[in-house]
Amino acid sequence: MEPFIRVSGVLAPLDRANVDTDQIIPKQFLKRIERSGYGPFLFYDWRRQGDFILDRAEYRGAAVLVTGANFGCGSSREHAPWSLLDAGFRAVIAPSFADIFKSNSLRCGLLPVELPESVVRQLIDLAMEEPGMEATVDLETQVVSLPPRGEGSGWGVNFSIDPFFRDCLLSGLDEIALTLREEAQIARFEATRPAWLPAAV
Amino acid sequence: MPARTMAAKIWEDHVVVAHPGEPDLLYVDLHLVHEVTSPQAFESLRLNNRRVRRPDLTLATMDHDVPTLGGRAAADEIAERQMAALEENCRREGIPLFGMGSSRQGIVHVIGPELGLTQPGLLIVCGDSHTSTHGAFGALAFGIGTSEVEHVLATQCLRQRRPKVMAVTVEGELPVGVTAKDVALGIIGRIGVDGGRGHVIEYRGSTIRGLSMEGRMTVCNMTIEGGARAGMIAPDEKTFKYLKGREHAPRGEQWDEAISRWSALATDADALFDREVSIDAARLEPYVTWGTNPGQSVPVTGRVPDPTSETDQRALRYMALEPGTAIESIPIDRVFIGSCTNARLEDLRIAATVVRGHTVHPKVRAMVVPGSASVKRQAEVEGLDAVFREAGFEWRDAGCSMCLGMNPDILGPGERCASTSNRNFEGRQGSGGRTHLVSPPMAAAAAIAGHLVDVREFN
Repeated sequence: MEPFIRVSGVLAPLDRANVDTDQIIPKQFLKRIERSGYGPFLFYDWRRQGDFILDRAEYRGAAVLVTGANFGCGSSREHAPWSLLDAGFRAVIAPSFADIFKSNSLRCGLLPVELPESVVRQLIDLAMEEPGMEATVDLETQVVSLPPRGEGSGWGVNFSIDPFFRDCLLSGLDEIALTLREEAQIARFEATRPAWLPAAV
Repeated sequence: MPARTMAAKIWEDHVVVAHPGEPDLLYVDLHLVHEVTSPQAFESLRLNNRRVRRPDLTLATMDHDVPTLGGRAAADEIAERQMAALEENCRREGIPLFGMGSSRQGIVHVIGPELGLTQPGLLIVCGDSHTSTHGAFGALAFGIGTSEVEHVLATQCLRQRRPKVMAVTVEGELPVGVTAKDVALGIIGRIGVDGGRGHVIEYRGSTIRGLSMEGRMTVCNMTIEGGARAGMIAPDEKTFKYLKGREHAPRGEQWDEAISRWSALATDADALFDREVSIDAARLEPYVTWGTNPGQSVPVTGRVPDPTSETDQRALRYMALEPGTAIESIPIDRVFIGSCTNARLEDLRIAATVVRGHTVHPKVRAMVVPGSASVKRQAEVEGLDAVFREAGFEWRDAGCSMCLGMNPDILGPGERCASTSNRNFEGRQGSGGRTHLVSPPMAAAAAIAGHLVDVREFN
């Protein structure tokens, strides 16, 4: 996994709640056996309908998505965060994420940032009012910030994140390698499992 | 020992290592694998020179891509490549695979219980969100992504933060015409599509105990649609009776030992839940979804609502419905009876009871897709296939089929479907398709009437 320390880039708004994984990446693209190349299929149906906000020139190449609550609900397809990553997004800001989507994102290097609904509202409005505005998501300091605009000063807000996954993301840690270090414990646990537990063979 | 919930007991039974500040490392008893979410996991294992630790605790099947008509030759080239990849990966790692044509093939969440592999107290995972189905047996079962699939393949373990536990208690006798599917839709309508986020749901109460194992599976299956990753029900005599004698169920003395363990799993009397919701079964009705998420439902006797939120209004536009329209006046083009939610033998039996002696409306194309090859065989032994065929239903081979349309079974743009599946998301059953989630008898009645109809008034 590519480490995530901080990312600065265009903030793209998607003002919808309960965006499900079928919208993020429709099923016809899940038949591929590759891990990359899903970017062109991100939000496929919505883009095909025309005038989709993320297709506007000002949001092209955006690195941070800001969206509504319960983002990523539905299926367990990791193709959802893969497609966002492949399309250039490194972080998604929302009031909440569906459990499996969040877990998948943390494990493949897409940072899910949870902020209060009112703050997310503010960010969505700003990103719509000033298209092309950049945001910085800093995992080290756990701050989302906007650069100073006009006469005003910059803006920043703290976010919290699971410290274990923060460490994994900061160092691009291989979680499997970490678990394999527990081999003795795993073997000990296996030895205590009752013999009658089912086996598939 | 303080009073504990069933979820806590099973969790604690599976902790391999608990380092302070880190998520617990849990041991996985059963890892179910299918063709769609596994190829990248196997490839990454190979690139890292790792092997599958416990192929004997891993079971693979093909369900998402498989054509339900015309056999494997009917699959498109990319789906064929994905199925071939699963075969090659299983062969190399020694993982048992029930592929197309196998007498044990079927939807992964239908075959686990059927084979007796799904047992109380187990920790079960699969790269599929409807893994919550297996919780009907008092197992802790949840969906995982491909990175986690790889982690389980390599280590047979999974690192997880402990979720909160929510009790959903349903009490009372179910009114006539109200099924387990309606219990599920009723619960989701009440808690919302993210109401269970961060939780495991334990379903309790006399209504839940009164459900058959099939019905309990339907309720647990839909847990993810309410935002919770796992749903579970305490094992009881019905659970034991269902399991006894199944291929992978324990036998002899081991059966007795298993029963004594399983009997101790239920939540202790004074255990505390993080959240509790109570539902009166008498107030449940046959539901129909009107929108594009499973929380957007009304009783079949109701009308399309006049929502104020942008999300709900957007859903109505997608569904091409006008506020105030009587649900029963909505005509349909297609009917799908199938999916891991509602394609077990009991579901087909109930649907067949409605269908018997009737004919599918001339404007409707209706299909029945059994949940597994075994369900299909048993249904044919009982003559259910004849009931459906004679009425004009297509009788297909087992698979996920039009629940998500990864195989050739899809809705055309604008087509409206009464479906026994679990998700009415935009385009889920086919780009531009419109899905109304209902129970099997409601779907069967709609096929005959040509529009959504109250099954209680039908006939």
